Amino acid sequence: MDWDWNFVWEIMPTLIQGVKITILATILGSILAAIVGLAIALARRSENRIVARSVGWFAEFIRGTPLLVQLYFIFYVLPDIGILLPPLVAGVIGLGLHYGTYTAEVYRAGIDNVPRGQWEAAKACNLNGRHTWTHIILPQAIPPMIPALANYFIAMFKETPLLSAITVLELMNQAKSVANTYYRYIEPMTLVGAFFLVISLCSVVLLRWLEHRYGRIER
Amino acid sequence: MTQWSGYLGLILQGALVTIELTLMGSVLALIMAFLAGMGRVSRFFILRAIATAYIEFFRGTSIFVQLFWAYFVLPFAGLSLTPLQAGVLALGLNVGAYAAEVVRGAILSVGREQYEACTALNLARWQGMRHVILPQALLVMLPTFGNNAIELLKATSVVSLISLADLTFQAQVVRSQTGSTLMPFLSVLIIYFALALIISWGVRTLERRMARGLDGVRV
Repeated sequence: MDWDWNFVWEIMPTLIQGVKITILATILGSILAAIVGLAIALARRSENRIVARSVGWFAEFIRGTPLLVQLYFIFYVLPDIGILLPPLVAGVIGLGLHYGTYTAEVYRAGIDNVPRGQWEAAKACNLNGRHTWTHIILPQAIPPMIPALANYFIAMFKETPLLSAITVLELMNQAKSVANTYYRYIEPMTLVGAFFLVISLCSVVLLRWLEHRYGRIER
Repeated sequence: MTQWSGYLGLILQGALVTIELTLMGSVLALIMAFLAGMGRVSRFFILRAIATAYIEFFRGTSIFVQLFWAYFVLPFAGLSLTPLQAGVLALGLNVGAYAAEVVRGAILSVGREQYEACTALNLARWQGMRHVILPQALLVMLPTFGNNAIELLKATSVVSLISLADLTFQAQVVRSQTGSTLMPFLSVLIIYFALALIISWGVRTLERRMARGLDGVRV
């Protein structure tokens, strides 16, 4: 096992290119997961039993199956029915949907934690359904759940290498192609690990700060 | 029709590999979880430091990176692993790190008075742990262990990328041989979901069974 620093500097620009795509996918995926999670949480509270049940089962199904297979499904099956997505878009949709089912649980806990009195007060003030949600419930429910949401976004970041399986040129894929070109695995693979460790350690610091700032809810 | 049953056989073969991986990975994860989780609540600084380093490292880097590292980099250090060995090693160590935090949390959740009772009965530290603390902590760990086992089941899909013929891999084989996409991926998704349901059912049953003797004890 010999470690070659010159080779490390040589492949660094390619890997940085990959890191950018990885971070982009994480950010877009997080935004989508935040939206999908809220939609699922609201649908499960719906008055309509059929909607609530079927969304609940759908979420269970997504959560019980591997992200990799879901990515394959989006990437290979959807074109057959005429939906052709670029790899990165397919990847972001996969990440967003998968983690949306996790963030839905966070939203559910956050909404349940809003005291009953707030609902009654909204009713007493004669607010309609939409205004109750946007002005009373969500502004109180969302800040305490920010740390828990961030936790899932960090988990999502660590799953982005799966996107390499559907040909997105993110960090892992760049590292693999470099490794295959030069037939040297030690440096690229170790660097990928180092990148992940550094970024996730930084995000743990950020998470601690968020927990300090917004408090913490139990799931 | 005969052709279709041939492909179904292929997928079932993959399912066996997935089950095998999940079982072996879970055993390794369980061992690591108890070693590292009890290491973190140890009296000795060095044990705490080793356990913390292990947990932070394996939770900080992605399972995917660990798997590739085990499969592609370790051979250069003179340790060649088969895909199955690399898969079990990476899955077990990764999920073990997450489960270690569960073990630690469960041990800390046992009430102070239980520790005081151990002292009052003049039990040695290890005896108290073995006969008083762990039996109660185990019940707290079980539901989260169930979730971890499902995460492990889902994570097994990534071993298909280091050419181990699991469910996901066989779905890809069927896709490339038949050109049909919906059938392999949908059936594989359903099998994964069924396995996840079996795990959660098994853990619930185990939980009921174990709670039986502890009725009056739990607070």
